[in-house]
Amino acid sequence: MKAPAFDYVRAKSLPEALGLLRRHGDEAKVIAGGQSLVPALNLRLLAPRLLVDIGALPELKGVSAADGRLRIGALTRHAELMDSPDIAAQAPLIAQGIRHVAHPAVRNRGTLGGSLANADPATELPACMLALRAEMIVAGSDGERRIEAQEFFTGLYETALAPDEILVAVEVPAIRPDERCAFLELARRLGDYALVGLAAQGTVRDGALSDLRLAYFGVGAKPTLAAAAAARLAGPVTEAALAEAQGALAQDLDPQDDIQASAATRLHLAGVLLRRAVHELVPEAFPDAAERKSA
Amino acid sequence: MEISLTVNGEPVSAAVSPRTHLADFLREELGLTGTHVGCEQGVCGACTVRLDGAIVRGCLVLAVQAEGAEVWTVEGLSDSGEIADLQAAFEARNALQCGYCTPGMLIAADDLLRRESAPSREDIREHLSGNYCRCTGYQAIVDAVETAAKARRGTSA
Repeated sequence: MKAPAFDYVRAKSLPEALGLLRRHGDEAKVIAGGQSLVPALNLRLLAPRLLVDIGALPELKGVSAADGRLRIGALTRHAELMDSPDIAAQAPLIAQGIRHVAHPAVRNRGTLGGSLANADPATELPACMLALRAEMIVAGSDGERRIEAQEFFTGLYETALAPDEILVAVEVPAIRPDERCAFLELARRLGDYALVGLAAQGTVRDGALSDLRLAYFGVGAKPTLAAAAAARLAGPVTEAALAEAQGALAQDLDPQDDIQASAATRLHLAGVLLRRAVHELVPEAFPDAAERKSA
Repeated sequence: MEISLTVNGEPVSAAVSPRTHLADFLREELGLTGTHVGCEQGVCGACTVRLDGAIVRGCLVLAVQAEGAEVWTVEGLSDSGEIADLQAAFEARNALQCGYCTPGMLIAADDLLRRESAPSREDIREHLSGNYCRCTGYQAIVDAVETAAKARRGTSA
């Protein structure tokens, strides 16, 4: 199908873009890479009066590291996230997760900010932001504000962004030497939306886990931190703790039935991913598994 | 809205409606019908073109967003001879039946071979995973790309 008619402005500055959003309110949409917005337009799921293209704004570009934190501009494309040495070294969870996003031609256009602002519950990057405790840097007409990832994703395709605000960058703490991460996803085909996915990061010292963040996606209306399961895994990793944590996922997650899988299947698969993630994070706690693998 | 860009090495200026996507612009405004339009929602890959050196979905880029860009389509890449080896390998291996997906497959495969000289069959499948062939000819397509990769390695060595 073809998109309905709309007006289009290529913003030359952030203030210009913000001014247009303030003036046009709900009738305007921001476009960056367009990899979620243009399909929605072509399917006529959306019919904005005006598209404000922020794709040329320099203040939204670039990846920089300082003081143990990594700032990633909203216009950073998925392919750039995949190839960035800074991201690979300091936020390897993103580097792992991005491989599951769509296909090369989509990753060449899609942007970090677009993916986060779109807040599709089955996509990878919002969950990475939760697991990394990212801060979203948002510009509005009254200046800049910061929103914690946990407060940013509010529901199905819903965020804390006001209609006249633009996400300009995210900031994530660089991974510490005693931290490890794991990214796991189950999908029907490569590049498809996840049936269930898990972005996990935590501290590992002497076979014990602490400060574990288990960010699930595809199992509810928004990416969700499984706090009850993570609490069961604090301390030395044992089979018993892992089994208890798997049981606790039912408190954390509220999956729905859909055409892809039932809620019960999704909850079961969330437990499967939890087991795999813990094995990946703390392999030293499972010497038998390593033996079986090498045998 | 007026746009100016380069298509297959030639400067182009035209007036387009903002809602026109790049694939439709190439086909209908410029008559370059080698870029096919399948799903128009970014799933099938039939509209794959090269934009500023990177492959993209022609249906998911608005023509107005291509202002100042350098676009290459299957016509340009055929005329320049850049994908002649892939085209020959596709023909030799019967890696097409109806041919609808073929321009997108060729451009995506060429993109892979430009960055990886010795891709495994798994790499080829992964790189082409966003390009659908509804005649189910994937086996032959992967064979053809593998053959072309080997030949390119042979000639550059």
